Amino acid sequence: MNDHADAHAAGRVGIWLFISTEIILFGGLFLLYSMYRLKNPADFHAGSLELNRVLGTLNTIILITSSLSVALAIAALERGRRVQSALFTGATIAFAFGFLIVKSFEWSAKFHHGLYPNAKVLLSMPKGQNLFFGLYYMMTGLHAVHVIVGIGVLSVMLVRVLRGAITPHNPTYLVNSGLYWHLVDIIWIFLFPLFYLIT
Amino acid sequence: MAEHPSHTDAYVPYYLHKGKYPGPLGWLLATDHKRIGLLYLACIVVFFSTAVVIGVIMRINMLPGHAVLTPQQYNAAFTLHGIIMIFLVVIPAVPTIFGNFFLPILIGGNDMIFPRLNLFTWYLFVLGAVLAIVSVFFGGGAVDTGWTFYVPFSIKTTVNVPLAVFAVFILGMSSILTGINIVTTVHQLRAPGMGFFRMPLSVWGFYATAWVQILATPVIGITMLLVVMERLFGIGVFDPSKGGDPLLYQHLFWIYSHPAVYIMILPAMGIISDIFPVFSRKNIYGYKMIAFSSLAIASVGSLVWGHHMYVSGQSDTAGIIFSFLTFLVAVPSAIKVYNWIATMYRGSIQVEPPFLYALSFVFLFSIGGLTGLFLGALSPNVQLHNTYFVVGHFHYVIFGGMGFGLAAAVHYWFPKMTGRMYNKPMSVIAWLVVFIGFNIFYFPMLILGWEGMPRRYYDYLPQFTTLHTVASVGAFIMVAGLVLVAVTLARGLFAGHKAPANPWGAATLEWTLPSPPSQEDFEEIPVVTSGPYEFDKKEAAA
Amino acid sequence: MEHGDSSEVRKRPHAPSMRSYAAVWGSLVLLTAATVAVADLDLRKIAVVVCLGIAAAKSMLVLFFFMHLRYENRLIVKLIIPIAIGALAIFIGLTFSDILTR
Repeated sequence: MNDHADAHAAGRVGIWLFISTEIILFGGLFLLYSMYRLKNPADFHAGSLELNRVLGTLNTIILITSSLSVALAIAALERGRRVQSALFTGATIAFAFGFLIVKSFEWSAKFHHGLYPNAKVLLSMPKGQNLFFGLYYMMTGLHAVHVIVGIGVLSVMLVRVLRGAITPHNPTYLVNSGLYWHLVDIIWIFLFPLFYLIT
Repeated sequence: MAEHPSHTDAYVPYYLHKGKYPGPLGWLLATDHKRIGLLYLACIVVFFSTAVVIGVIMRINMLPGHAVLTPQQYNAAFTLHGIIMIFLVVIPAVPTIFGNFFLPILIGGNDMIFPRLNLFTWYLFVLGAVLAIVSVFFGGGAVDTGWTFYVPFSIKTTVNVPLAVFAVFILGMSSILTGINIVTTVHQLRAPGMGFFRMPLSVWGFYATAWVQILATPVIGITMLLVVMERLFGIGVFDPSKGGDPLLYQHLFWIYSHPAVYIMILPAMGIISDIFPVFSRKNIYGYKMIAFSSLAIASVGSLVWGHHMYVSGQSDTAGIIFSFLTFLVAVPSAIKVYNWIATMYRGSIQVEPPFLYALSFVFLFSIGGLTGLFLGALSPNVQLHNTYFVVGHFHYVIFGGMGFGLAAAVHYWFPKMTGRMYNKPMSVIAWLVVFIGFNIFYFPMLILGWEGMPRRYYDYLPQFTTLHTVASVGAFIMVAGLVLVAVTLARGLFAGHKAPANPWGAATLEWTLPSPPSQEDFEEIPVVTSGPYEFDKKEAAA
Repeated sequence: MEHGDSSEVRKRPHAPSMRSYAAVWGSLVLLTAATVAVADLDLRKIAVVVCLGIAAAKSMLVLFFFMHLRYENRLIVKLIIPIAIGALAIFIGLTFSDILTR
């Protein structure tokens, strides 16, 4: 009953169930997005033009690369290369910070132009554009919160890998943290085209 | 998992077990599923009593000449009554008290798969309750929107909506993690020989419920977060003046809150399915049908939410679709009722308190379910929406259903959990008082609603006086009955006769343990060779 | 179930090599470039379908390779993921039945 393997399997069932709840959590926001976009197609297009496509694409590449680095971190751990695993985990954390820095540039530029919730500029624009930006901040904001949580989780894992608390024999926590991080990447994979690439 | 004791012959009841932490810490830091179940029980008893008191004050207010509440206070009262009952009592109660205490044992295991996560869910539960209480006294005072928090009123009202809905968000997280624990436990920790179709039907009830907890609760989570963001930052998604659609709030709200009522009823139905065979001394009729009907109710029940919105501005097409699905979901419930009755047929009926509660559960839930069909049909709904008919309906299904199911579970498992038996004649009298009071209380509401009395109103037209008075009197009788139940159980707890391991002669695994169980439950994980209700096999072996 | 001694390296069965991971990364970058390029074509009605399709393809790559769904046990792959996606599809779909017909 107390097999390590059974505990790993149970942990993975648990994390995949948790991932399901995150899919539904963001799903509620995607529901709102799809309804409002259906009703306000031109306004959503106009709103999308205000977003910085270059920075959005950059952030997409950053997150994809961070998914690669966390996958490599786990692969390295499984091959017994503890230091390499720690380096890849550290790289993932660095990429996550990079994502947040780019995001903060984007948001502050928007704020500077008066495009934030309840701002006079935004409220004077067509209602569909107000909805676009409301959803933009809500969805990228909630996503950013998940990135921050991911940084915290991965940092803890980094320490545990270095200390030897996470080993090839007992990789569950790092594997599950990686799965969480990939989820964060997948959410952005959908957010990016839906906000930045509306034609 | 449980550490191996050094001397297995020294039996110590679980509540006296001395673990790593002394005194109260042994409870506050407990990871044992039985202790966590009792932690939840203690909180829920307090929350339930509070909400009952609020309800009593509301019914006093509805007596002619006894307007004890101002209109604003009345709005806050029914809001708080709803929030406490729904989020702090009815949704969590059966899974967190009896699911935690018994699910591992019912499948032949010694704990939930994630014991520390389990304890964490209790702390989230307490945190949510504390935030809800704080919101009553700070930041503008008690919420007055109804537990449904409809926009745009919830965005504009000056009371402390953000904290109250954030409390709901926290409680939702607790529920989700409990669901994850239950699904994983059922898949990973069943004892050898315990295939899915040898599990007691109560486990099927917990399992189906847990899926709904996992899939539906995140929707209320995001909805509550959106209300907070709307209040704090004015993002506009629910504000009509900024382009938002209040109906989308209602969709998101009910996408969770309708399945939530199945979270309430499915575990109770599961336990009733365990009780009927025991007190009919007969195997359950149609085991697989009941098991699948739990899954069917969970899945189809997640598709019907629009029946709360027929008159809200939702399209007629959507109304027709939701009405059809609503009628469909009545079928698996009816299948259960049929199978329970068929179980009794040609059985050897033992009239004991758990069975009385189970029988009255079927009766009251059926009334509630049938009145649900009136509401689920499009045309009558126009007349009945937002009237006392709705209030009567949901009290019949929630209180008459889940409440009586919970009481049945309490009276069934009391000897196992405490090692003592309550006074049976007293508990029968208490049951009768509650049952009679309940019907005098809630049946008039169905008539009141039919005649046009709106819900959530603190006052009413003179023609409704008689029925309101009757209802209030019924309420007081019912509450007196509830007090009798509490007294009977308390006396049983402190002074009852010692209960044997299997007072009811049941065949599920919890009755093979001593009453009460020791800390580690099973000394040796059992190997299961028969179904949960095979009394003839049990008796042959005895 | 047998365990080796604690010094044995436990590699998950069938886990991709580090080189395969890099190949997946390359595909993801290419698909990102594709979705940006496609955005500039005036595809009108099917634009949403194409963009969601590419996003779905990228997600499949992450799910099956980075997240090991290709090698994961049946419970997760055949039950949990389809149920989650199915539930979301139903929530959005039934809400559309209202929005589209008002």
